Amino acid sequence: MALELMRGNEAIAEGAIRAGCRFYAGYPITPQNELFEYMAKRMPQAEGIFLQCESEVAGINMIWGAACTGTRAMTSSSGPGISLMSEGLTTLAAGQLPCVIVDVTRAGPGLGRIAPAQSDYRQVTKGGGHGDYHTIVLGPASTQEMAEHATLAFYLADLYRNPVIILMDGMLGQMMEPVDFDRVKSLPAPAKPWALRGKGDGPRKMIYAAPFDDPGLIQLNDDLTEKYRQIEEKEQRWEEILLEGAELVVVAFGSSARVALDAVQAARAEGLPVGMIRPITLWPFPRKAFSLLRRKVKAFLDVEMNAGQMQEDLERIVGPDLPMHHLGQGGGKIIYPDEVLEEIKKILK
Amino acid sequence: MKKIFGRPESLTDFPYPYCPGCGHGIVQRLVGEAMDQLGIVGRAIGVTSAGCSVRNWKQFACDMTMGLHGRGPAVATGLKRTAPECIIFTYQGDGDMAAIGTGEIVHAASRCERITVIYVNNAVFGATGGQQAPTTLLGQKTTSFPGGRDPRTGGYPLRMAEMLAQVSPESYIVRVSIHDVKHINQAAKATRRAFEVQMNNEGFSLVEYLSMCPTQWKVNPAQALSWVKEKMIPYYPLGDFGTIKGN
Repeated sequence: MALELMRGNEAIAEGAIRAGCRFYAGYPITPQNELFEYMAKRMPQAEGIFLQCESEVAGINMIWGAACTGTRAMTSSSGPGISLMSEGLTTLAAGQLPCVIVDVTRAGPGLGRIAPAQSDYRQVTKGGGHGDYHTIVLGPASTQEMAEHATLAFYLADLYRNPVIILMDGMLGQMMEPVDFDRVKSLPAPAKPWALRGKGDGPRKMIYAAPFDDPGLIQLNDDLTEKYRQIEEKEQRWEEILLEGAELVVVAFGSSARVALDAVQAARAEGLPVGMIRPITLWPFPRKAFSLLRRKVKAFLDVEMNAGQMQEDLERIVGPDLPMHHLGQGGGKIIYPDEVLEEIKKILK
Repeated sequence: MKKIFGRPESLTDFPYPYCPGCGHGIVQRLVGEAMDQLGIVGRAIGVTSAGCSVRNWKQFACDMTMGLHGRGPAVATGLKRTAPECIIFTYQGDGDMAAIGTGEIVHAASRCERITVIYVNNAVFGATGGQQAPTTLLGQKTTSFPGGRDPRTGGYPLRMAEMLAQVSPESYIVRVSIHDVKHINQAAKATRRAFEVQMNNEGFSLVEYLSMCPTQWKVNPAQALSWVKEKMIPYYPLGDFGTIKGN
């Protein structure tokens, strides 16, 4: 198939349908509306279910129901809606139900505004809802990658029986770029013997997120902790850019990574020893990418459109010995390559 | 000897965790009998809710899942839309459905989702210790309004069956009582009809059961039966409120 020019929001929706998503429940919120409307148009063609839910609270609980029957199910929203989904997210994690949630982040806190921001990083990577749980979080940086992550997200969700969040922002969602769906690798879809379809003549099945009696909930927590450990071991993904000889490493994800890449390439052209790491999985955070770097690198520059949420993860991994700089702020302030380049030069001076 | 009475096959032998005189056991039995009579236990999926009935996933012998507090109708929507061949029911109390779950039940009813809602109204939050529910009667004493429900501070009791009938043009919505044998028999018919409405793809169905909570009403089981008859039924009239009628 030829290249198609698509918005990020549309590429993720088309990617999801091609990945076998057959249930989508959504609620209007900017800047994710194109995803929602694309699903409204395409889902009936794919003989799937599109539902405009009465709230994000209802939507995420519809996802619970659809996921229970073994259907690949998805919802999308933006920060305020993701906050409303928190009770459902923690429960989906506890019930070990696979599903995909897209967060086209807007600038927070509170109602915020629709300008691009990455202020939901902490919310989605650390949980958001109550209890000890994790969602797998993917952070695509291009429209092509969004199409690919839709497939990857459903694959990981099914493989680990865990919710997967794709973290975007208004810029990535609205931006138009060419997409080639032929390049999207198809991934296996496991059988779901646990799905509820009526017991027929067999034993009944239950999907439950609250084993009240001891050791039920303690056992569930142990099982989840072990599952998260395996995910951290096996699923870290990142991109390394120009790291050879780098003394300063820029770390950025999503749209900030696009901006930072321009600056890093410009700096290299001027002979500055700068490289870049782009985390692709935001949880599990790609800590392996940093284990070898520490010996040669003298400083890090964290670039993100928030007050430094990913920086907390970086500091935990890199430790206190190396300087950690931050560029970026919340509230909808877009970062430009010139600013990153200027910061790189300032640090390396 | 021929066995003439026993536990419905649609219920397990897991012991009921309820207080003496509680109505949940009766309602669960009615649901089990209806599933037996209609032969649907093999394709039924139940959705439990938060509250005293939270553990009834152990008592229904069909596939079971859960709904968070009030979210049962949203979960049921996701189940039914993706497994239309299955028979989906939620089991919800008045605290669950008439308080935190009003959004989900109103919209499931307005979409006329082909689900069956088993709604147990005992006019109080039972599991959490007897606080006021949206269905608590005026003057009824609870732990959150110890002086009794005063509409100026605590609002008026919600009549959910009537309210939902207003928004659901394809619906079987009835209110029944379980305070004596005659009424239990009527409730049994209504329960069966509610499932038939779903099986025939006729519309949304909901049965509201006026039920007893002697523990939180601070009365004995016999007094609780009288309380349903004398206090609840005058405010919550029994009847058929939807567009689809009983048979």
